[in-house]
Amino acid sequence: MVQELGYLKETPSQTAGPYVHIGLTPNFCDINGVYEADLGTAMVNDKTLGERITVTGRVFDGAGAFVRDAVLEIWQADSAGLYNSPSEMRGTADPNFTGWGRCATRAEDGVFTFETVKPGQVPFKDGRKMAPHITVWIVARGINIGLHTRMYFPEETEANAADPLLLRIEHRERVATMIASREGSTYTFDIRLQGDGETVFLDI
Amino acid sequence: MSDLTNRKPETGAFFARDREWHAPAFTPGYKTSVLRSPQRALLSLDGTISEITGPVFGHSMIGELDNDLIHNFAKPGESAIGERIVVHGRVLDERGRPVAGALVEFWQANAGGRYRHKKETYLAAIDPNFGGCGRCITDEHGQYAFRTVRPGAYPWPNGVNDWRPAHIHFSIFGHGFAQRLITQMYFEGDPMIWKCPIVGTIPDKRAIEQLIAPLDWGNTIPMDARAYKFDIVLRGRRSTMFENRMEGN
Repeated sequence: MVQELGYLKETPSQTAGPYVHIGLTPNFCDINGVYEADLGTAMVNDKTLGERITVTGRVFDGAGAFVRDAVLEIWQADSAGLYNSPSEMRGTADPNFTGWGRCATRAEDGVFTFETVKPGQVPFKDGRKMAPHITVWIVARGINIGLHTRMYFPEETEANAADPLLLRIEHRERVATMIASREGSTYTFDIRLQGDGETVFLDI
Repeated sequence: MSDLTNRKPETGAFFARDREWHAPAFTPGYKTSVLRSPQRALLSLDGTISEITGPVFGHSMIGELDNDLIHNFAKPGESAIGERIVVHGRVLDERGRPVAGALVEFWQANAGGRYRHKKETYLAAIDPNFGGCGRCITDEHGQYAFRTVRPGAYPWPNGVNDWRPAHIHFSIFGHGFAQRLITQMYFEGDPMIWKCPIVGTIPDKRAIEQLIAPLDWGNTIPMDARAYKFDIVLRGRRSTMFENRMEGN
């Protein structure tokens, strides 16, 4: 017999369910007075450095209907490409930027919105630069384990073409599913869970 | 922001997720998953700095009653109706190390199985003194605890006569965005667990059993509240000892 590795198994995921808002965004679903504000609603303040942008979009199911009960979280670097995290060893991120946001899709039209800044570039493991991106995580009723994807920026043509993750996508037409569309300072990032134009999701 | 400044931050990538242990995306017994499951394979990639890192939530953001669901929505002097329980446990990673400073959020129905949510139409009554949400941050040993009432079973429109077992939803934020996890806790001995299509999305019985909290008689508070113990395991991290890192990475 060899030694036991002794590792534990990860707690298995379960769906967030239709009432995820009670726990993650209680004020959004009119449970007021327990928490002052829902977590993750304010990523920026007056002093945050960088280019202000709005990230918005909807999540669609396999029948093309928008998902009314999803919660999205995003995580991104600041405008200089630094993460506001203790595991960030390259420098100190902008203290006026959390890097993390949480938003529920609206029941009436399925829209989510984040007010944030455009992230700077961060390195891949081998030192190559990744194109500016926002990491996105989606939970909802019917989703058994949270889905990870990334949003990239349409004007970053050169950086996107050299991005180590985008280069890994075998079916090249699918790269477009990770790139937002832009109008002024607003980026629209629609997510398709299934079927035509299905968004690339990550095991990462 | 950080309460953990005396701890050396870890920068290793997370162990790959065992996706045979977790539920697959497409589980037709749970009907909503049919149209909400990706059909294409996931794109696999060893974690980058974008997933290895994550925000820190300070203990200072937690209000006094945030982990007391019996009182955090109740009118002064009143309390929620139901079986009083304490739920506690540790957040560990797969290496068995405590995850300190983890944000644990939880939500649940009231004692009658009714959620306080505008979309909810179940005829069981709302408890005017019960909101159903709480949160806490693990201490340096990875410990968390909260006080609540045991939730009731709850019928839902899936099969004609499907009922959820009594359950509490948990959302856990560890140290890296790739550790992000949402799950549900069930109660020891509940016969509804083995009838539930959502529980049944998980293929391995041992994995299901990892979601069942045992009655913790030792920590039961006499004349006050019974205790249930629920430990949560997040993904472990590789050691960076032998990783080749380029300059500036």
